[in-house]
Amino acid sequence: MSDQTVSIKTLKIDGRDVSARADETILAVAQQNGIDIPTLCHLDGLTPVGACRLCLVEIAGSNKLLPACVTTVREGMEVFTESEKLNRYRKMILELLFSERNHICAVCVSNGHCDLQDLAVRLGVDFIRYPYLHPVEKVDASHDRFVQDDNRCVLCGRCVRVCGELEGAHTWDFMGRGVQTRVITDLDTPWGESDSCTRCGKCVHVCPTGALIEKGRSVAEMAKRRQFLPYLTLMRQEDQQ
Amino acid sequence: MGKQIMIDPITRIEGHAKISLHLDDSGVVDEARMHVTQFRGFEKFCEGRPFYEMPSLMARTCGICPVSHLVAAAKACDDLYSVQIPEAAVMLRRMINLAQIMQSHALSFFYLSSPDLVFGMDADPAMRNLFGVHAQDPQLMRDGIRLRQIGQQIIELLGGKRIHPSWVVPGGVNAPLTEEHRDTILAVLPEAKALAQRTLRWYKKIMKQFKPEIDTFANFPSLYLGLVDKLGNLEHYDGNFRMMDAAGNIIIDQFDTLRYAEIIEEAVEPWSYMKFPYYKSLGYPRGMYRTGPLARLNIIDACGTPMADDELEEFRGGSTKPVQSSFHYHWARLIEILFAVERIEDILTTKRVMTKHVRAYATPNSFDGIGVTEAPRGSLIHHFKIDEQGLVTWANLIIATAHNNLAMNRGILQAAKTFVDGNHLKEGMLNRVEAVIRAFDPCLSCSTHAAGQMPFHVELVAPDGELLDEVKRGV
Repeated sequence: MSDQTVSIKTLKIDGRDVSARADETILAVAQQNGIDIPTLCHLDGLTPVGACRLCLVEIAGSNKLLPACVTTVREGMEVFTESEKLNRYRKMILELLFSERNHICAVCVSNGHCDLQDLAVRLGVDFIRYPYLHPVEKVDASHDRFVQDDNRCVLCGRCVRVCGELEGAHTWDFMGRGVQTRVITDLDTPWGESDSCTRCGKCVHVCPTGALIEKGRSVAEMAKRRQFLPYLTLMRQEDQQ
Repeated sequence: MGKQIMIDPITRIEGHAKISLHLDDSGVVDEARMHVTQFRGFEKFCEGRPFYEMPSLMARTCGICPVSHLVAAAKACDDLYSVQIPEAAVMLRRMINLAQIMQSHALSFFYLSSPDLVFGMDADPAMRNLFGVHAQDPQLMRDGIRLRQIGQQIIELLGGKRIHPSWVVPGGVNAPLTEEHRDTILAVLPEAKALAQRTLRWYKKIMKQFKPEIDTFANFPSLYLGLVDKLGNLEHYDGNFRMMDAAGNIIIDQFDTLRYAEIIEEAVEPWSYMKFPYYKSLGYPRGMYRTGPLARLNIIDACGTPMADDELEEFRGGSTKPVQSSFHYHWARLIEILFAVERIEDILTTKRVMTKHVRAYATPNSFDGIGVTEAPRGSLIHHFKIDEQGLVTWANLIIATAHNNLAMNRGILQAAKTFVDGNHLKEGMLNRVEAVIRAFDPCLSCSTHAAGQMPFHVELVAPDGELLDEVKRGV
């Protein structure tokens, strides 16, 4: 069948000639070629959503910055993953994330194992230009194994996707809009009272920060384990075929 | 109407404070107060946070003595767990606390107070600082820096980093001691011992020049409070409370620290952000007591290590009465450094400290947890209440320095009455008043400020606002 023939595109990323399948994203192609584009909401194995905008890239001929995780390649495309402008925007995004909630790395259980912290270090965020909102956020420790700390949440939605797509429980979802958005369990019931939660813990381990954590961990001890994701994703793909 | 002299800020202390001296009509000091002008609010903003964050969160109170807060808060969390932690964990925590006492005492003695001791209270402030000491007696300065470094290195070798390690956790510590680190620590201890002894010899020699100060630096009867071990010996990590009165009678002994609220109450004054704890039975302010190195050496039967015990005997000078002058906090501090080195050596030469089992795992079994240790400046109390989810609903910290608040205020009054002539101010008079505070080594919050380099401005203001006299430095 003709729709099974693989169409190959050639393009340039950061001046390098690369080739890709027509259905691949810029991010995937970049990763295959050892070009590291910063990401936060993206996680291999989960549906890309383009929510955090950290993977924005410049494309020759376009005055728009496009998220690499959800932009598929085109023939002859010329992509730039690093520029002064991109770095400025990426830093701005991180600064906004830091100012929006209460990210206190020093006393966080995820200190030293945090994607947000790693990105800030990588992109050289040493100062937050925006006033901190210091919102009063809840800590839900009603679950006997896990804790949800809204103070550390960046609304990447990894928990929502892993719970819906891989575990099939769809315990997590978003509530509210804009800066008021929160991730919730069931219909905003305490996590410990959730009927749908299977206690699998996937959400905890895909969470990039200390927003979802295991109980009993002390400061700087919450290293996330994500080895399960590629395996589970592969299983799911095989099931679907 | 009287006049007022302000010493603002007090220099070479840890944190921010000022002193006000109130003069009567004839220019004689009538009243003295130390105002702690900063507000931290740790007791309030920890509310709603999970209990297991408390050790690291509370450690952020201070960059000099974070280990003490770490240990006290972790002990309070052990109490929330209601578990007995492994023996090796106790030994390791005790050691990191001793290393902390060593480096903090070295900081107080060498960095903050030695300029007064080397040059005298009246010396030119331009010279009376860390750099002046280095120029005058480089060996002394090197000894001080090295002693502090050794203390900090031990903290790092045990806890992974020098300031704010997160190694001490509820239930114990999060990693056992490695043989390599043990050997590294053991190798530097003989040097630390020699440095502490050399400094003690020096101090005992120069101390004689400070008789007027010894006589008047918070030299008055008071109660003394601290921890002692089961034998009544010097104890910094565990143990029970002992309180001694001014005559040397033990009025409280082996008192369970979890019952601290039965003997200690806190008063609040509108002119200071630091509370005023007092001994409940005697009421406020009669229940004034002192804690810290001087109090600890007063209340104990013995240190429990040979070299420190020899020094203790000399410190007490054959008397059974407590040593009253707060000037001798300096001396007591040096003896405690020596003790810390000896005790760390004792612990490291046991096999049990190398046991791999260093952490008890549990979930909270109590809604109320109390942890008490001896910080460099005295008894430190952390008390947390949590809800059924393990979130903190209430916290009370009685910081070592606060115990001494009443005594510090009386101490500056005593020194000011002796040395300050309100009709003609001299820098050296006011420096003596500040030096009383330095002897207590208060840790008013967080960080040390530049030694002798901070702007210092004293104004003598008439009741109608007229500036009568002023002394300035570094402004």
